[in-house]
Amino acid sequence: MRGVAEARQNRAGWAFVAPALALIGLFFFMPVLAGLFLSFTDFDIYAIGRPDTARFMGLENYRQVLSNPLFWQALGNTFLFVILGGPLSVLTSLVAALLVSAKRVRYPGLFRSIFFMPVVTTLVAVAIVWRYLYHPQYGLLNWALGAVGIHPVDWLGDPHWAMFAIILMAVWKNFGYNMLIFIAGLQSIPEDLYEAAHLDGAGGWAQFRHVTLPSLAPTFLFVGVMTMLGNFQLFAEPYVMTQGGPLKATTTVVLLMYEEGFRWWRMGMAAALAFVLFVIMFLGTLIQMRLQGERR
Amino acid sequence: MRRGCRLVLALALPLALAGCRGAGDARTTIRFWAMGREGEVVQELVRDFERENPAIHVVVQQIPWGAAHEKLLTAHVGRSTPDVAQLGNTWIAEFTALRAIEPLDRRIAATPTIRPDDYFKGIWDTNVMEGVAYGIPWYVDTRVLFYRRDLLARAGYDSMPGSWDEWRRAMEAVQRVAGKDRFAIFLPTNEYTPWIVFGMQAGSPLLKDGDTRGAFSGPAYRRAAAFYLDLFERGLAPAVQGSSIANRYQEFERGTINMYISGPWDVGEFRRRIAPALQSSWATAPLPGPDGPATGVSTAGGSSLVLFRASRHPDEAWRLVEFLSRPEQQLRFWRLTGDLPARVESWRDTALTNDPNVRTFGRQLERVVSTPRIPEWEQISLRLQDKVEAMVLGHAPADSALAALDRDVDRILEKRRWLVERERRHAGDAR
Amino acid sequence: MKRKALLPTLTLHAVLVLGALVTLTPLMWMVSASFMSPGESNSFPPRLLPQVPTLQNYVDLFTRLNLARYLLNSTLVAVSATLISLIINSMAGYAFAKLRFAGRERVFHILLAALVIPGQVGMLPLFLLLKSMGLVNTMAGVVVPFMAGIFGIFMVRQYAMSIPDDLLDAARVDGAGEYRILWNIVIPVIQPILVTLAVFTFLSAWNDFMWPLIVLSDDAKYTLPVALASLSGEHVQDTGLMMAGSVLTVLPVVVLFIVLQRAYIRGVMMGSVKG
Repeated sequence: MRGVAEARQNRAGWAFVAPALALIGLFFFMPVLAGLFLSFTDFDIYAIGRPDTARFMGLENYRQVLSNPLFWQALGNTFLFVILGGPLSVLTSLVAALLVSAKRVRYPGLFRSIFFMPVVTTLVAVAIVWRYLYHPQYGLLNWALGAVGIHPVDWLGDPHWAMFAIILMAVWKNFGYNMLIFIAGLQSIPEDLYEAAHLDGAGGWAQFRHVTLPSLAPTFLFVGVMTMLGNFQLFAEPYVMTQGGPLKATTTVVLLMYEEGFRWWRMGMAAALAFVLFVIMFLGTLIQMRLQGERR
Repeated sequence: MRRGCRLVLALALPLALAGCRGAGDARTTIRFWAMGREGEVVQELVRDFERENPAIHVVVQQIPWGAAHEKLLTAHVGRSTPDVAQLGNTWIAEFTALRAIEPLDRRIAATPTIRPDDYFKGIWDTNVMEGVAYGIPWYVDTRVLFYRRDLLARAGYDSMPGSWDEWRRAMEAVQRVAGKDRFAIFLPTNEYTPWIVFGMQAGSPLLKDGDTRGAFSGPAYRRAAAFYLDLFERGLAPAVQGSSIANRYQEFERGTINMYISGPWDVGEFRRRIAPALQSSWATAPLPGPDGPATGVSTAGGSSLVLFRASRHPDEAWRLVEFLSRPEQQLRFWRLTGDLPARVESWRDTALTNDPNVRTFGRQLERVVSTPRIPEWEQISLRLQDKVEAMVLGHAPADSALAALDRDVDRILEKRRWLVERERRHAGDAR
Repeated sequence: MKRKALLPTLTLHAVLVLGALVTLTPLMWMVSASFMSPGESNSFPPRLLPQVPTLQNYVDLFTRLNLARYLLNSTLVAVSATLISLIINSMAGYAFAKLRFAGRERVFHILLAALVIPGQVGMLPLFLLLKSMGLVNTMAGVVVPFMAGIFGIFMVRQYAMSIPDDLLDAARVDGAGEYRILWNIVIPVIQPILVTLAVFTFLSAWNDFMWPLIVLSDDAKYTLPVALASLSGEHVQDTGLMMAGSVLTVLPVVVLFIVLQRAYIRGVMMGSVKG
């Protein structure tokens, strides 16, 4: 009897996961593998009409990617976003989480919802709004800065400031998400730890350093890695706000991939770019996990 | 099985709408993609076409210029091209190489109202690939010089000089007259067309070896680059992007900028936006060349009408092309957009012959050169634009920037070189 | 005691209110500018409130610029994606949690590992695959990437693990088949996570930009984000119009969020619990 029941569960289990696996296999895994294969060819617009003009290139696309100064500039821009934007976003999320979770706060739910609101908004829509906020003459930001005596900045037109402008917007858009995760993390810290520290004579700041932060370490790791992975894929903001300019200051690797692949139809090259990005993201994850894991 | 029903509905709904068409419409529907302002305005002409051809319904889709190239290529790859489209004539080579558009010789021969010799030769040639015509010119475009005639006169010139050296001297004189913090000429750093024009004027082919390698570091192009950059170094032009000057027409009025290279659309803009009192102060002139007026060539620009091979209604689409190519429709289009007619016959209309600015364009159109007609040109011109900004803003010296540009261009053209080589070998084997 | 505690409390709330204002300012200006006439929004010093509020921008969007069509397309895509994703992911998530079948753990770990792969890697070949299936420039093509999501399966599995095994075993002893158990017992029990999954999927599908941008070429089929991006290229001077477009794009998801906050937040917090 048990054998029959087990066999039935086995069949049902496979039947239930089959549609999902089929879809994921067909529309995710297969394209990823095909992408890897594409990256070894020079499949381009000529090849779409006449496949016989596609050549097997081995690692040539990868060599070209790595020797293309534009790639390195895009990688640099992406790194700037990851290294500056990531910690800034995480920090803002932590501060917001701490503020909202403080015991004395009234209407914490309201503040939580307000801080979270930018996360659900459509990126393209708010990118357009922020483009106007950043306008050198008519934008709110320069007007507000002018009120405290700072000269107007051409946020999106100056190659020195454009990426910072995008970082600021990205932090605003996303800090609410990690805030929630930090809130969950904070709520899961047992009260007795704080009581014990208080009994040991620890004040507010010491409690924070010795109870809160260590308890949040796994949350930090999770938030850090997820934010980093997301930041590496920066695309929509530069596409809508600056088209990768000015002077390629906001061109990211994904934007470059989009241009190579869907604007110039150099698909072999675009596929190689995507895989290079994947490798970099993977290495970044490993590095971050190693660094943060060791902090304990 | 309520859940099953939901599933079917959920899957069926989007698929159904994907294939949804205006059911019950007995007319043939053709899709026409047009760009920018032309796309807005052509709706009017299309209405008349539909009145004349009640069995044909035209759906016009307007596409912004910035996205047009991508959209057209994506449509071709995704097999969702329209029946007929406006195509910038610099893109004809690309779409021909992709075998996306139909050869039109047979149709032209069968249509008496479309005569190749009634078009500007330089413009018609941009539509001919290997002896076969792939597009019908719709409107033409070239660049001429817009300038403040009154300030030029005050500087001692009664007409725009014809050679580079004289032109530069005139610019210096005009700047002296205009005053401090004023500029002789506005050359936005993100507009690369003047770079192509000056290069062609200096005799550079832009690409060499059968359009398989860059010629930007050759002596002819370097001469053009030197002349261009010199204008910035002497302070005759401001090193800013187009968007940095909020209202260039206002600045023209104020004399902040006094010369500007632009196209036919700005004739209408100047008339609309410059104060009535100053309307007699501006004029247009053909571009000066390095060694005199004969070398003052300009771009053979404009848009053509093309039929896509994947179209299921090519005959109806051709009727639309024929309609829009009629001289009276060309004139009407000119009145609505300021885009110059491609048909020479339309130019005989007094509205055009009496307009001195249009006459300038007419004279310039007799001296136009087309850019290399290869699929990669769009990408190459954007690379040029990047380098232009860098050179003007002083981030890179001209020689190294142009050498780097050539390396970039050679890399972009590698596939084309390989294909050309392959053709040559096959042709050699066939002998 | 009260007086000592008052200052920190005030400061805390002051900071919170300031933070809330800064967070909301872009959105508030967006709404305000959408009611401004052309020229008002592009003035110096910038206006915070319209002098003469006008509905003209919204009227223009629906009459001249066909926004109703884009709203419909977005709704269609988001609803289809949500329904399909719900069905497929709930089945798979439950199976991974509670049904014993050969290779279950290994397959699940492969799926988890795949979470690291960025979506863009497969985008081009996926486009070519859809082209060969004739799905380019169709709504179905837009929905494809949302139909089965690894994260959704993970979420359902997490939640379904808490279903008591005795409940299921009792049903089996009573002779119920696995499908019946899924439909009658499991789905009602995991309903909260299904709501969360639905909200997540709807939001992702509604806000998605890069994929519809690639797949759709007919502007009649554009979803809101793509239409908005396309409009912003042409009407960049028309601030009020663009803001109205942004408001209409953002409004449905903001409303959805406010109504279903708890479900959504549960999903976010769950994502942080490692399986």
